[in-house]
Amino acid sequence: MNYYQSEMECASPEAMRALQSERLVKAVRHVYDNVPYYRNKMADIGLEPQDVRSMDDLRKLPFLTKDDLKTAYPYGLLAKPLADCVRIQSTSGTTGKRVVAFYTQNDIDVWDECCARAIVAAGGSREDVVHVCYGYGLFTGGPGLNGGSHKVGSLTLPMSSGNTERQLQFMIDLEATILCCTPSYAAFLAESLIAQGLRDQIKLKAGIFGAEAWSEEMRRDIEDKLGIKAYDIYGLTEVTGPGVSFECSEQTGMHVNEDHFVAEIIDPETGEVLPDGSKGELVFTCISKEAFPLLRYRTRDICVLSRKECSCGRTLVKMARLMGRTDDMLIIRGVNVFPSQIETVLLRAGYPSNYQIIIDRVHHTDSFEVKVEMTQEMFDDTVKRIEAREAELLSALRAMLGISPKVTLVAPRSIARSEGKAVRVIDKRKI
Amino acid sequence: MTIDQLSIFVENSPGRLAEIADILGNAGIDLRAVSIADTRDFGILRVITSDPARATEILRAEDCVVSVTPVLAVAIEDTPGSLSRVLRVLADVGISIEYLYAFITRKRDSAYVIFRVEDNERAIEAFAAHGVKTAGAAELYAL
Ligand SMILES: [Zn+2]
Repeated sequence: MNYYQSEMECASPEAMRALQSERLVKAVRHVYDNVPYYRNKMADIGLEPQDVRSMDDLRKLPFLTKDDLKTAYPYGLLAKPLADCVRIQSTSGTTGKRVVAFYTQNDIDVWDECCARAIVAAGGSREDVVHVCYGYGLFTGGPGLNGGSHKVGSLTLPMSSGNTERQLQFMIDLEATILCCTPSYAAFLAESLIAQGLRDQIKLKAGIFGAEAWSEEMRRDIEDKLGIKAYDIYGLTEVTGPGVSFECSEQTGMHVNEDHFVAEIIDPETGEVLPDGSKGELVFTCISKEAFPLLRYRTRDICVLSRKECSCGRTLVKMARLMGRTDDMLIIRGVNVFPSQIETVLLRAGYPSNYQIIIDRVHHTDSFEVKVEMTQEMFDDTVKRIEAREAELLSALRAMLGISPKVTLVAPRSIARSEGKAVRVIDKRKI
Repeated sequence: MTIDQLSIFVENSPGRLAEIADILGNAGIDLRAVSIADTRDFGILRVITSDPARATEILRAEDCVVSVTPVLAVAIEDTPGSLSRVLRVLADVGISIEYLYAFITRKRDSAYVIFRVEDNERAIEAFAAHGVKTAGAAELYAL
């Protein structure tokens, strides 16, 4: 088994916790001393830097949200003089304003190392040719994997995105072995290769795909088409970029580089920290960053953390594939429900993903209905067989969601669409 | 002989049934027999028409879900006891009936029963053995 930094990737839980504690204390002092915005937030809840003495005190810190980034744009959360910064990266924020993140040279090195871990975990070494077709520029995808590939010592092809013909030509002529891009672009490249009869001319063995949500089915599809192992990678500009977590040979979740980024799962409603294995909002604390160290940053991504032993030997906590966004979360009868979960069940059961969720409050109880469009394939001339299919769907939904919706089958194309996009959720509750 | 029955998914909303009837009526599709099975949530409209292929095409073009099922049509005398006689034929050989519906005709002094069974071949054999004739499309549409 190969690691880029085995002392961190395979550290004992005790050693990791001790390192995190040490770094957290420093990070809190650093932001308190250098970021008035954060100092005020701490003062608001009467927290002094000396109150944070170890990881046990992490939960005392206030959260940072996208709104904080918006308010503090552009320099309000900067913790180093601009003269010490060497780079910015940026992403379009969901709240309208762009997010601008700053990096010192050390921050870049740490980020590159995180990406190097991902490349090595995907089987990369200095013998490899890493084809990077994430976008370069303000987007973190290209620069992150590019830097990681340099650290590993691989030959790096800084292709950036677009120009498919050139991508395929370089992939073949320069014998790229590891492909880094979004999963949808990987799928597109695979189709193009097959369509042009070039599939047997590539030397790819692995792919590192991230920056967008993808399913296990899509992974298998890309793996089959390109004849590679496809690995997931996760990151966000606010925290650093790709490489916050990465997948290993087990392909059952992404190891968080927790010597730099401490992950927590919280209840998005109450902010309460949830135990490992619970589903909730992912929160990151940067404990080694210099220029832009966000503490307890709420990502709005929903997922689950697991400390189950991993066959790859890494002890870093693993995060599951993202399950949705808190923005999309519904609370129905006290249970957190994500429209994406319903979509997953429908697709698995062979229904179209054009569904609609209708929630109302009747006699102080939430009614929860899922409208599903009937298809030619699912239809039958007997009530019995349609009802049996309906019952199967219902039990699959119950297993996924933890509560039972009422399933209503509706005519094809009958679910309202506005500007081509279906209205997924109708919440009639007046609370 | 079997005939093609159309089954149409009917969403449980006011007016949906009338809409479907309009689609067929406006296209000049003649209905020989109609039956509806309904549940709390949805209905299945089953029709025998003179031109099942065209009716299917028209309905699908209007986003209706339609399936075509071969069913059996048996002419029975319009007299007491005749239905039980044909049912007995199927029961005796252990063929279960998914559903059935009947319609009477003006031209002849008889009624037709539409049977949906699991195994059409076996049902046809059983009927034949008891002298019960299954009607073909030509006979039915000529009514
Ligand atoms: Zn692992």
